[in-house]
Amino acid sequence: MSSPAPVLAASQLACRRGDRLLFRGLDLALKPGQIVWLRGRNGSGKTSLLRLLAGLSTPAEGTLHWDGLPLRQAGADYRRRLCYLAHANALKDDLSALEALQFLARLHGHAGDEAGCTEALRGVGLHSRRHAAVRTLSQGQRRRVALARLQLAPRAPLWILDEPYDALDADGSALLDRTLAGHARAGGTVLLTSHIDLNLHDPAPITLQLDDLAPR
Amino acid sequence: MSRVFTTIVARDLRLAARRRVEALLPIAFFLVSISLFPLGVGPEPQTLRQIAPGVVWVCALLAAMLSLTQLYGTDHADGSLEQMLLSDASGWTIAMAKALGHWIVTGLPLTLAAPLFGLLFGLDGRANATLALSLLLGTPILSLLGGLGAALTLGLRSAGVLLILLILPLTIPALIFGAGAVAAVEAGLSTRGHFSLLGALLIASVLLAPLATGAALRIATE
Repeated sequence: MSSPAPVLAASQLACRRGDRLLFRGLDLALKPGQIVWLRGRNGSGKTSLLRLLAGLSTPAEGTLHWDGLPLRQAGADYRRRLCYLAHANALKDDLSALEALQFLARLHGHAGDEAGCTEALRGVGLHSRRHAAVRTLSQGQRRRVALARLQLAPRAPLWILDEPYDALDADGSALLDRTLAGHARAGGTVLLTSHIDLNLHDPAPITLQLDDLAPR
Repeated sequence: MSRVFTTIVARDLRLAARRRVEALLPIAFFLVSISLFPLGVGPEPQTLRQIAPGVVWVCALLAAMLSLTQLYGTDHADGSLEQMLLSDASGWTIAMAKALGHWIVTGLPLTLAAPLFGLLFGLDGRANATLALSLLLGTPILSLLGGLGAALTLGLRSAGVLLILLILPLTIPALIFGAGAVAAVEAGLSTRGHFSLLGALLIASVLLAPLATGAALRIATE
């Protein structure tokens, strides 16, 4: 298979947090069908890099291109193709799991209908708890509700996931493994951070070590 | 645009319905603070009628400010704000939706409650109608400007006080023309000028405040 053109390309990226330069000279090309595992010590700038790539912050140096277009120009079009899952689950305590998922789904261009979202919750094993208030769910269950977004069709081609395995049990991790592998096999792209070793084989994740890019 | 807009408004209204006590606090503040004036100033009908428009307007202003501090705070803390900014809607749309949600929960009830206090203060029918109309035009301005303040002070310590200090001066024109309209009716003058200016202020706020708010939100989440 010839290597397809990258969907998201970064060149000579640098990120500054306050006075501290987290990394510089980062080149990155995310291609369809890839799972990229971003690694690095605590404080090495993993989350900062993900936020840069999601377009939530601007790099101190370097350029970002989506489908050959600068990220700023791609704007709303890029955001429609992106599913960014932050460390925070973005669920409101006072809503039910189903309502919280419907809100996120509608925000990101899905129909957000009850049937579709119920199905997505069934996919993450929370079908029976769908009417429970988010307040009453455990950390792992909340993570599952946030991850249920990945089950919604149509899927965004690029997934940027910040510690998606956080708080998940073995069963939940296996489910996420299957979802990620399925997305990559269908031609999607995944960029994720994880402090535990990934159990992904088909396709095998590409490791990106952020520590090597820290300025000395 | 409209999908994200209605989604945010519907969610904010639903959240307010789930937290009824919290949503009603600004209204309670409005009722209590207005009732203090006859006690403090004295029950002289002539004086009360004279100060009524100003008192109602100032109390509405403070009640609106009181409820604004948390407008973006919880969304920022739990990551919802980030997800809103990652939708395909513009910052203007998001800010406008949040302001509309806030107005329906606070501005609209304040407007509806105001004529009641007009009666208590001895305002006649025409003056009372003018007061309600001025609040109907004025309270959306407060929600829009307050949203800007809430976005600018997002994530700061003592954001609440800072917000009030930042935004109160900006609301002075609305206060002057809003309360002034009622005074004009009392004096038998035309209110057209006052309402034109209030309308102009509202249009300017709709066009400009959400733009600035959207930019401030992007900076706050950076």
